[in-house]
Amino acid sequence: MSYVTKSPWIIHYDGSSCNGCDIEVLACLTPMYDVERFGIINTGNPKHADVFLVTGSINEQNKPVVKQIYEQMPEPKVVVAVGICATSGGIFAECYNVQGGTDMVIPVDVYVPGCAARPEAIIDGVVKGLGVLAEKRAAMEKK
Amino acid sequence: MDRITYIIAAVIAYLVLAPLAGGILAGVDRRITARMQGRFGPPILQPFYDVFKLFEKEGITVNKVQDFYVFCFLIFIIITGCFFFAGGDLLLIIFTLTLASVFLIVAAFSSNSPYAQVGAERELLQMMAYEPMVLITAVGFYLVYGSFNIYDIVAGSLPAVIYLPGIFIGFVYILTIKLRKSPFDLSMSHHAHQELVKGLTTEFSGKTLGLIEIAHWYENIFLLGFVYIFFAWNVGWSPVFAVLICLVIYFLEIFIDNNEARVKWQLAINSSWIAAASLGFVNMLVLYFLVL
Amino acid sequence: MSTLFFLILFPLVIAFALLVLKADQARGFVVKAAAAVTAVGSIYLAWQYFGTNGDYFAYESEAVTYGMMAVEIGLAIFIFVLGVKYKKYLASLLVIIQAPIMVWFELSYGHGIEVENNLFIDKFSIIMALIIGIIGSLICVYALGYMKDFQHHHHDQPDRRPLFFFLLFLFLSAMFGIVFSNNLVWLYFFWEITTLCSFLLIGFTKTKEATDNAFRAIIMNLLGGLAFVLAIVFMGVYYQTIELNKMLAMGMLGYSVVIPAALLAFAGITKAAQMPFSSWLLGAMVAPTPVSALLHSSTMVKAGVYLIVKLAPVLGLNPAGIMVMMVGGITFMMASFVAINQSNAKRVLAYSTVANLGLIVACAGIGSPAAVWAAIMLIIFHAVAKSLLFLCVGTAEHNIGSRDIEDMDGLFGKMPRIASYMIVGICGMFLAPFGMLISKWAAMKAFVDSGNIFLVVFIVFGSAATLFFWTKWLGKIMAIMARRENIESHVHSEEIMVLSTLATLTVLVCLIFPVLSAFMVVPYLASIYASVAPLAISSGNLYIMAAMLALVILMVIVGYGKTNKKIVPIYMAGVNAGDDLSFNGSIGQTLSVSLRNWYMESYFGERKMNIIGVLSTSVIIVGIFSLLLGGVL
Repeated sequence: MSYVTKSPWIIHYDGSSCNGCDIEVLACLTPMYDVERFGIINTGNPKHADVFLVTGSINEQNKPVVKQIYEQMPEPKVVVAVGICATSGGIFAECYNVQGGTDMVIPVDVYVPGCAARPEAIIDGVVKGLGVLAEKRAAMEKK
Repeated sequence: MDRITYIIAAVIAYLVLAPLAGGILAGVDRRITARMQGRFGPPILQPFYDVFKLFEKEGITVNKVQDFYVFCFLIFIIITGCFFFAGGDLLLIIFTLTLASVFLIVAAFSSNSPYAQVGAERELLQMMAYEPMVLITAVGFYLVYGSFNIYDIVAGSLPAVIYLPGIFIGFVYILTIKLRKSPFDLSMSHHAHQELVKGLTTEFSGKTLGLIEIAHWYENIFLLGFVYIFFAWNVGWSPVFAVLICLVIYFLEIFIDNNEARVKWQLAINSSWIAAASLGFVNMLVLYFLVL
Repeated sequence: MSTLFFLILFPLVIAFALLVLKADQARGFVVKAAAAVTAVGSIYLAWQYFGTNGDYFAYESEAVTYGMMAVEIGLAIFIFVLGVKYKKYLASLLVIIQAPIMVWFELSYGHGIEVENNLFIDKFSIIMALIIGIIGSLICVYALGYMKDFQHHHHDQPDRRPLFFFLLFLFLSAMFGIVFSNNLVWLYFFWEITTLCSFLLIGFTKTKEATDNAFRAIIMNLLGGLAFVLAIVFMGVYYQTIELNKMLAMGMLGYSVVIPAALLAFAGITKAAQMPFSSWLLGAMVAPTPVSALLHSSTMVKAGVYLIVKLAPVLGLNPAGIMVMMVGGITFMMASFVAINQSNAKRVLAYSTVANLGLIVACAGIGSPAAVWAAIMLIIFHAVAKSLLFLCVGTAEHNIGSRDIEDMDGLFGKMPRIASYMIVGICGMFLAPFGMLISKWAAMKAFVDSGNIFLVVFIVFGSAATLFFWTKWLGKIMAIMARRENIESHVHSEEIMVLSTLATLTVLVCLIFPVLSAFMVVPYLASIYASVAPLAISSGNLYIMAAMLALVILMVIVGYGKTNKKIVPIYMAGVNAGDDLSFNGSIGQTLSVSLRNWYMESYFGERKMNIIGVLSTSVIIVGIFSLLLGGVL
């Protein structure tokens, strides 16, 4: 049994979001939803994190940043794109600065649509991500 | 039980049981904190899950030496604890603890990372803040029992706290710093999870971070041990009493943690040094007159 | 006895030889050979008198006494003239007062006093002789390479290196004289010679700053010299003896030698740059680094504490002892505070020296056997580690062009061996399980036992401060910075040899110190004290410390620098430019990361700390002397 699923630490990055999804992510940490029950901690440090929550779309300026943060995370790791902007650019998809969703830069494992994505949906997305995490850990172990 | 057997038994018990006890205490800490915040909280065994997960992560590091320093930190924290529970010399324990802490600070410095470096400077400041009080505590015990050895201190005829009330209060004050609780969690924060990103521990990951967590468990146990020796004396039931007091003090620390906001470093060092200079100094003065 | 003469006269002869040798090659050869001979000589001395409990030698000679007097008069005139020339009239004044008193005394009373033993040797003197002979010689060898660079940097000025090396060896000779003299007049003579050497060496670069600082040093030391003279006069007039051992014996029998003890302690305080006289040592940092290492950390200032430690049996709970204790304690705490605020490496080392000397002085002031044990161990460890640090800083300075700690980041990449030696030196100064920590431990216990809670407070806060400034320096040099080019090939081989020897010595001394204690220090204590109570630190703990050191060394050898983990960049909020040294700032700029240590000006500002230290110590000294004067009148 892998312990990664029992203690998933998240890092949350805001690409170019309106902050709506960010606030919903933080709301998950509040007493109302309390994700710490699942051992989830919001660590701001990629080196400590297992789950990368991205909100907002990708533009030229944050492309290298997202890539760098992703690369500094140790395996096994999953990426959860929270909100429709992170999934595909959302209603801003045709703006001149928006290049698209997170999967333009890094491989995404779970998409959580919504504008803003609801805390329940986010939690659900993270839990699905844990499943992927467990698979990745098993693959790592086989190597 | 003769001395040698006692030492071996104590050391083995410490080596095996301390991380378990420390981890459980950490879990209880998080649970109580969550309840105080109106949340549900993680399972009591969560710290263990965290550490096991960290050991499962890919091994990455920023240079070739920082993991070595962290490993030295762990080894010397364990050695400090072993000295403590073997009933050794208080000053030896304090100095070995200093050595261990310097290893951790140097590990953070070695990364040359902005967050880690500021975290390390703050950690160093915290050390400077609590060092006087800790040394005065040792001196206080010596003045009462004529010996720095813990073995002699717990065999006294009265609990130490009766002679050392001021020093005890001062010690609990700086215990907040050593346990890394608000308002003095400047260098790396457990509960708020982020201070200067992760402060001192920013560049550590995976197994290394896990080792630091385990080292903190070992450390917390012997820090509570310090509280214990204030309340132990040569009566049969005193160990139980002292352990209860330790738990009460630990709960008090959790309470303070949840009520206080982190302070600026100036306040941290000012208040700690004033506590040492006033509570510690006055207590020692009174003791000198009593001894005379 | 011939070994003693050899050790005093041989460096003197070499000094004069070096004064005339102008060629680099010849000088190099002579210095290295002389250093080796001196070192071997002191080791031979240690072996020869290994079992001594204090051997005293008569050696009568009118010629020597008159010769010394002639040299003293000559020196007095020399300093007087220089004082007038540079408008430092205080120096001239002090010399005008001091020299005639000495001469009058020697011609009137001095004749009548019968001196039984002029020279002596005991285990403490052996320890000092080993420090002077081994460490002093190593520093002279280091100076060869260093002064070559120095001359290169100052190529527009005349090459006065013959004078420089003359003064170094003259100084070594005088130091041997100090630790072998039992006759206080002889001691005074050699003492003043070291003052002269210090004066000329501080002013070596002949800049205005150097000259000012040289005069500051000599004025403060002359003040101490004056006190020395008064002490001799007192002993001669009241007790008809000018021998140190007789003075100590009288004191322990119950005769009051408080006044000469206080005066001699005052002389020691000025020589050891205790507050309020610490500014001369700070000013002396303008001199070339070998000077700072030799005179102003490991040897000359040790003469000051040597005298005070020798006086320890007659210090304790009397006015002289209390003055010494408190001055030492306050100096330790305040100097440690100021060191936090300094970024110039030599100034940090200077303040740290002042602080550690304060600790030694405070231990001597307490006067108990445990305290004196701590004092002697502190002398040994401090001499080795501090000289190592000064020389490392000197070498680093010549190669990176700065002596500021803030410019030493990444030193590990640029000069790995120098950085390693510096690390050994720094750890040796404050960290368990190295020796200084052990001595500080013993000192702490001695302070607690003495009943002086103020001392306990001083050492506790001072220790916290020393922890801070050493660790932040340590962190600075241990930072692994990317892309550091190794420039170590430019360092002279003599410098590397000396540094590695000193680093090895630092570690070795920490490993064998239980042996040192049992065979040298404890017998010395047994010979001067009636009963030697159990030492501050149990032998069990001493061996635990040695074992911990062995463990650290083993761990470093086995595990350092070995990892097969993937190396990733440091975290810079995702905008790391890729090289760990700079990041992508706003508007497309690339900015470099700059990390600075904390200096806490508002807490530990130099001016504020110095004012507090100087005021409090001055009040104590003036107060004690007023008390004593009142008692006499």
